[in-house]
Amino acid sequence: MSEDTGAVRESYLTAFNVIAGAIVVVGLILTALRFTKGLGAVTNLSHNNPWGIWIGFDLLAGVALAAGGYVTSAAVYIFGMKRYHSAVRSAVLTGFLGYALVVVALNYDVGQPWRLPYPFIMQQGTTSVLFEVGACVLLYLIVLFIEFTPAPLEWLGLKKARNLAVKLTMVLTIFGVILSTLHQSSLGALFLIAPAKLHPLWYSPYLPIYFFVSSIIAGLSMVMFESTLTHRYFSHKMDVVHLQEKDEVTLGFGKAAAWVLAGYFMIKVVGLSAGDNWRLLGTGYGVWFLVELLGFVALPCFLFAVGVREGNRKLIRWTAALTVVGVMVNRLNVSLVAFNWHLPQSERYFPRWTEIGISIFLVTLGLIAFRFIVTRMPILYAHKDYEDPH
Amino acid sequence: MAKGFHMSISRRRFIGWVGAAGLTAAAGKTGRAASNKHFQGYPESLAVLHDTVLCVGCRSCEKACNRVNELPPPDRPFEETSVLERKRRTTEKALTVVNRYGEGGTSRPPVFYKTQCNHCLEPACASACFVRAFEKTALGPVTYDATVCVGCRYCMIACPFEVPAYEYNEPLTPRVMKCTMCHPRVEEGLLPGCVEACPTEALVFGRRGDLIGLARRRMEKHPGRYVDHIYGEHEMGGTSWLYISGVPFRALGMREDLGTTPAGELTAGALGAVPMVVGLWSVLLTGVYAMTKRKEKISRQELEQAVASAVADADENAQQRLAQALAKAEKEKAKAVQDAVEKALEQAAGAKPEEGS
Repeated sequence: MSEDTGAVRESYLTAFNVIAGAIVVVGLILTALRFTKGLGAVTNLSHNNPWGIWIGFDLLAGVALAAGGYVTSAAVYIFGMKRYHSAVRSAVLTGFLGYALVVVALNYDVGQPWRLPYPFIMQQGTTSVLFEVGACVLLYLIVLFIEFTPAPLEWLGLKKARNLAVKLTMVLTIFGVILSTLHQSSLGALFLIAPAKLHPLWYSPYLPIYFFVSSIIAGLSMVMFESTLTHRYFSHKMDVVHLQEKDEVTLGFGKAAAWVLAGYFMIKVVGLSAGDNWRLLGTGYGVWFLVELLGFVALPCFLFAVGVREGNRKLIRWTAALTVVGVMVNRLNVSLVAFNWHLPQSERYFPRWTEIGISIFLVTLGLIAFRFIVTRMPILYAHKDYEDPH
Repeated sequence: MAKGFHMSISRRRFIGWVGAAGLTAAAGKTGRAASNKHFQGYPESLAVLHDTVLCVGCRSCEKACNRVNELPPPDRPFEETSVLERKRRTTEKALTVVNRYGEGGTSRPPVFYKTQCNHCLEPACASACFVRAFEKTALGPVTYDATVCVGCRYCMIACPFEVPAYEYNEPLTPRVMKCTMCHPRVEEGLLPGCVEACPTEALVFGRRGDLIGLARRRMEKHPGRYVDHIYGEHEMGGTSWLYISGVPFRALGMREDLGTTPAGELTAGALGAVPMVVGLWSVLLTGVYAMTKRKEKISRQELEQAVASAVADADENAQQRLAQALAKAEKEKAKAVQDAVEKALEQAAGAKPEEGS
């Protein structure tokens, strides 16, 4: 790096800041529109299509892609894979930011967001899958927050509080896995109530299991994908241990992802057989289903396996990106593409640019928060006062 | 007395029904306790039978609905039948709509049919609502409480009949909008607005059991006029709005593939798994953690043992070598002493003769 760029950086006119700033300005304008004119002014939602991309992308894909936190901490703390310890903090941070953004997005989507605590304080609709999702997401957000606190507490030099938070690691990890199992699967279970609206290739009594298993895949892939990005943009923040373990994380997580994808592929085929839906594969929806199953499940499974076998880290990283896209495609398929498939084209949903704008705005907020935190707090390196990683 | 209501039934008897429905329902509230039993609706609960054969498409029901529910005026007057050119659905401004099937050419007349909330016996919306805003009343209507609604719209996802609508253009207090079977009016002993306004007997209000009987009698009385099916008798576990028709229901855009399982049962299994996951996962994960810890402990102990025994082995060898060395030294020393003694003796023996000569 020459000194010129250093000077530019000091003036805050970096490409990241300019683009992020523009997105934030547009996002704030759209936010004002949303809360003064109503959902109708910024969305293409309709009576037949009550859920759009704020649910399909922000909630469903968002929660799945934030699964890296529970997957990584379970691997390290429960299964004792200590060689991945350096990946825990950034995975937990991403998870925490992901869930926080999901909750922010819900405030945009529901009609009266100030009433979001009502299911817990007014009347409990315990027959609703959404009640379970809400309760688990709320509790897990708290768990992730406490799991994340050692980093800011080290940064602030609050030793006692930090040590207390670290002592809770084990309990929080187990609690986090239980809560994640429940709400990751429940997001799929939400659609069990609508067999008449979801295309039979995607509707399955196994939906909750599919959502849970694919969340593990999403979590593993996000950790690899994110490690690629952080290494590119924040390698100056990484300590020796992080730099050394990075490749090991890529290889180990790639291997795990290959195995879980193989299992996921199998249970998807089992579901296809159980529903006896083979003949539907010849239809347009069938082709799209095969694209998802072969292109975003079977193919990455194979590529991960090849990458691990040959030690090809670059291939593994690209495959992780492909898998992340695949999980998004799956969630959008279940909630939007294959949902209301019986309706004529004119009554189907397609997002308005303003909806996409809000989603991009929220993701940008996440990136800004991530950057703010990793450039200040001990995420990608161990704090000098707490070098011992255990 | 409204023409649409059964002519022979007096208001007094009707109010008696309402009371009976409330009473028997209160008495039968534990009926759902055993989940393997089939819930056939609150006994004596009220319902509406829609005979599409008798519907003339006048939209009087829509007009009455708009009036009694104090909804905003329609874009086009209710008398205008050109509205029927396009298929419509319920909206936040129209809780019921009449649609037309067929153009009404020479061979057969068009069929009109009315759509609104079907008031399921076990409603999908009520099952899906996480704040219990919907309630299946013992009286029959499915009611909605706007004061607790968060606006998640999961009810709209869940409803198999695509009935609930949302006030998307209301920024601060949007509500889900759907027919309530005129619950407040029915409680007062009045007929639902639409039933009261119906000029033919296309809408009949009464006890659900009686209406199923009435529907059967109409079918028997006019062989060939009706399709042999009462829509809503069993669909999604049964509804409180029943339909009979002269053309297949699917032609009217009504789903015939919904099955007879109440919506709540579709998610009951997944929700039932929650306590299992909590119970088993906590034991399993703690167990795995304990096993991991133990494995680490054992491997650490084994390592320590190996080191200790290696050190001990080394010690023993050293001892042995020392002993050997000592023994060797001892031996050498003894030999040296012996040698010295021998030498001295030899010297002494050699000196003696010299002394004696």
